Amino acid sequence: MRQTPLRQVHERLGATMTEFAGWLMPLRYGSETAEHLAVRSSAGLFDLSHMGEIAVTGPAAGEALDYALTGWLSRLKPGQARYTMLCAADGGILDDLVVYRQADDRFLVIANASNTAVVLAELADRCPPLGAVVADETASTALIAIQGPNAPSILAPLASADLGGLKYYSGTYGEVAGRPAWVARTGYTGEDGFEVFCAAEDAEHLWAAALSEAGTPEAGAAELRPAGLAARDTLRLEAGMPLYGNELGPDVTPFEAGLGRVVRLDKPGDFVGRKALAEVAAAVEAGTAPERTLIGLAARSRRVPRHGYPVLSDGAEVGTVTSGAPSPTLAMPIAMAYVARGTTGPFGIDVRGRVEPAELVKLPFYKRSQQA
Amino acid sequence: MSVPAELHYSEEHEWVSIDGDIATVGITDYAANALGDVVYVSLPTVDSTVSAGDPCGEVESTKSVSDLFSPVDGAVTEVNEELDDDPGLVNAEPYGAGWMFRVRIPASPDGDVVLPPGLLTAAEYEELTKTNS
Repeated sequence: MRQTPLRQVHERLGATMTEFAGWLMPLRYGSETAEHLAVRSSAGLFDLSHMGEIAVTGPAAGEALDYALTGWLSRLKPGQARYTMLCAADGGILDDLVVYRQADDRFLVIANASNTAVVLAELADRCPPLGAVVADETASTALIAIQGPNAPSILAPLASADLGGLKYYSGTYGEVAGRPAWVARTGYTGEDGFEVFCAAEDAEHLWAAALSEAGTPEAGAAELRPAGLAARDTLRLEAGMPLYGNELGPDVTPFEAGLGRVVRLDKPGDFVGRKALAEVAAAVEAGTAPERTLIGLAARSRRVPRHGYPVLSDGAEVGTVTSGAPSPTLAMPIAMAYVARGTTGPFGIDVRGRVEPAELVKLPFYKRSQQA
Repeated sequence: MSVPAELHYSEEHEWVSIDGDIATVGITDYAANALGDVVYVSLPTVDSTVSAGDPCGEVESTKSVSDLFSPVDGAVTEVNEELDDDPGLVNAEPYGAGWMFRVRIPASPDGDVVLPPGLLTAAEYEELTKTNS
């Protein structure tokens, strides 16, 4: 099992560790609900060093990524980030990605840990013929996220860059606690916050510096609480963000996931999946696709819908829950589900043999009050 | 991990405390830790009959749901209604305020309380949790 550079830090904090995508990761440090609520009300500190970091470099890197991914990456200016996807030729999703343009000739592609090998193989296949160099930097890179409304005030004193001027979905090189880092205003929690990429050997120093800068809540400081993968999952679910393996997979196109906007059919040149995705887009335009759509459901019972549970409408099975959990913020169970297009409910969820009523809710379940 | 010596335990991670012919049942500290934050507990109804080893409720946590098994035979006399408002008591005080239900257990002809075979002592249960982790 692979270990992040912060493994010993987690164990000293008494974390419950779990295997995730071949990595030994902190599931929670204490109460995952408290960790979730700390991110919503103040700030949480996450070790995300299991995520894949793949550098695509060279003068043609932008054009190579335009061919390899669904987005129009060559149009990004240095410092900009984009949410995009890697699709197969048939339009199925192989991974969802965040891509940073770090310099004119350097892009950093962030892959899900479970898909890093696939993304690396596909990029290594698709990009070099167009003149770009692909390198896996996962092992040498640590990723620490500080997420929550108090993230800016905690991180700003440690950072050499002007974080106040850093817009959502942008990033900058700078120093954090004296160590070189790429600091981006991105995240997977539905809150304002930052993701800090640094050398693996600097991870412990940065983690400790962030906790020390935040100080102790008892002394009246803004709370910065270490948070594990359990809180990360409920945070992203409330924010309506898809998770690969749940909402996204090789049998799903971006259009079914409600993410057709990431498919840039208006960009010049061919890209992998263009033909198949153009057909789906045309069918969507004509109202004959997608066959299923992703919806939000709020349970009217305290029994929690989980991944794989059948969704019913008027007693007939119309779909499946992709993610479900008790929502700490809303204090009720919530779920995302794929249902047949045009299904209007009233919905029920088969929770282990008993159908529980559920209400259709517009996604996301939770939206923070203001954008950075 | 706390395993009070005076209690009996099941392999499904319930604890049993005997007072006369009344057994009080809850889930262990080990189980509560493994589940994470408990958000909902579905309990058997009062006066219903439960059988040792059979499911009689559900424990929902953030990440999962588990069946609640009765470790004893008998009739349910009382359930912990506090858990409806505050299921987190299961995590906070698994052997105290987080108790789940009480059962009147049958007595043998000579008046002794009969515990089902297979219940574990504290030492045996501790051993079980060590081999699991």
